[in-house]
Amino acid sequence: MSSQIILGTRKGTLILDRKAGSWKPRPIAHAGMSISYAARDARDGTIWAAMDHAHWGPKLSRSKDDGATWENLSQLAYPKGARFVEQHLPTPDLDPSVEQPTTLKAASLLKVWVLAFGGKEQPGTIHAGTMPGGLFTSRDGGDTWELNRPLWNHESRGGDLFAGNPTSRNDWGGTPAAVGYGEFVPGIHSIAVDPRDPGRMLLGVSSAGVVGTTDGGKSWKAMNKGVLNDYLPNPESEWGHDPHFITQCPNDPDRLWQQNHCGVFFSEDCARTWKRVSHKDQAVHFGFPIAVDERDGRTAWVVPAHSDAQRMAVSGGIFVARTTDGGASWKTLRKGLPQENAYDIVYRHGLDVRGDVVCFGSTTGNVYVSEDRGDSWQCVGNNLPPIHSVRIS
Amino acid sequence: MPHVAFTSHLQVFFPGLRDGETAGTTVREVIDELERRHPGLASYIIDETGRLRRHVNIFVGDEPIHDRAKLSDALRSEDRVFILQALSGG
Repeated sequence: MSSQIILGTRKGTLILDRKAGSWKPRPIAHAGMSISYAARDARDGTIWAAMDHAHWGPKLSRSKDDGATWENLSQLAYPKGARFVEQHLPTPDLDPSVEQPTTLKAASLLKVWVLAFGGKEQPGTIHAGTMPGGLFTSRDGGDTWELNRPLWNHESRGGDLFAGNPTSRNDWGGTPAAVGYGEFVPGIHSIAVDPRDPGRMLLGVSSAGVVGTTDGGKSWKAMNKGVLNDYLPNPESEWGHDPHFITQCPNDPDRLWQQNHCGVFFSEDCARTWKRVSHKDQAVHFGFPIAVDERDGRTAWVVPAHSDAQRMAVSGGIFVARTTDGGASWKTLRKGLPQENAYDIVYRHGLDVRGDVVCFGSTTGNVYVSEDRGDSWQCVGNNLPPIHSVRIS
Repeated sequence: MPHVAFTSHLQVFFPGLRDGETAGTTVREVIDELERRHPGLASYIIDETGRLRRHVNIFVGDEPIHDRAKLSDALRSEDRVFILQALSGG
């Protein structure tokens, strides 16, 4: 059974160890600092935390001794000349009928939103998804990082802005998750490295959609066929989608899941096409996180929330929903979870599954663990800081 | 040489950081000298474009610096420079 849960929280990194049949938190690491994402690299055991310090800027931190000591790293930064097409916040005084001038802005790191580890045959390869809209890769265990330029210079983002002015239209919108930083920029929150070939990767971008590479990041294309964007005039547009999280089945990697702003989507052909498997009138539809079983790509879990207008637990009761048939049906799982006066919301990285262990944490600081695939739950902390990420190792 | 004083919060990340004289005729030159002494420190004060971070401020005497984009404010040898953080958070 899995023996460790790593939480990235608003006030630090929390590691829970399973001892004598229960989950025990260690003293908090990075005390007082917001951690946007934390996870263990299974290849070498290094624990990584993305520090989201409001004053001193985003930094990475790593521990090579199981969390006993940490080393802070400043090397992840945009190269000189990296620019992007500015988006305009949809503020009340913005008149959409007036065309805004295209302006470019020099990129600086707002947030490391997610980390992903390369293939087994790629020791030291780590990927980071950032705001504004960057994919960075390290090939030396995090000592140095390089911006993926083919993605940064993609024609869907105005082309090569290192070289000059835009040569194409920018189709990448800002993510509401960036607004708290005073910016309206895209962000990469999901990175799926294909276990069959680590040169094949899929990214989730808010707000653009899913982008994929099959050549190790040299070229990228939109992978949004079948995703429906209910808030655009053309729901089947190539870009403009808002995946909240995407995840790929490790042992059945043609099967992927996507919790999107506009429902739950499932792919059985490695994201070449997607199919919506939720309905807006049913409990499973809106939400942020999604997790897929390690072995069976047709089995997945979500933590639904009440509509994009409310973004909290449905009817004051927390539940997890599980499908075992590719989304044709969903079973709601409530045993051990509060069913009244609960308003928790679970962020996009706040749910994980490993074997039979499922865990989620909410922005209300509640963490629940199931050791029977979601059938029953125990609370392992309910006075914790707001939870940004949950990763089981 | 200008005298530089730091918020104690930076010592969480750089325990060896001490107030003292630092060479430089502009604020940016002082930051560059601090980076030489404490590798990585500059990235806590300015971002990769060279701009002062949003919630950090630098005062020369009683006055906040004027050029937050390039830190070109000139310094005299008798100046006292303060590197501070905004009071914010939750």
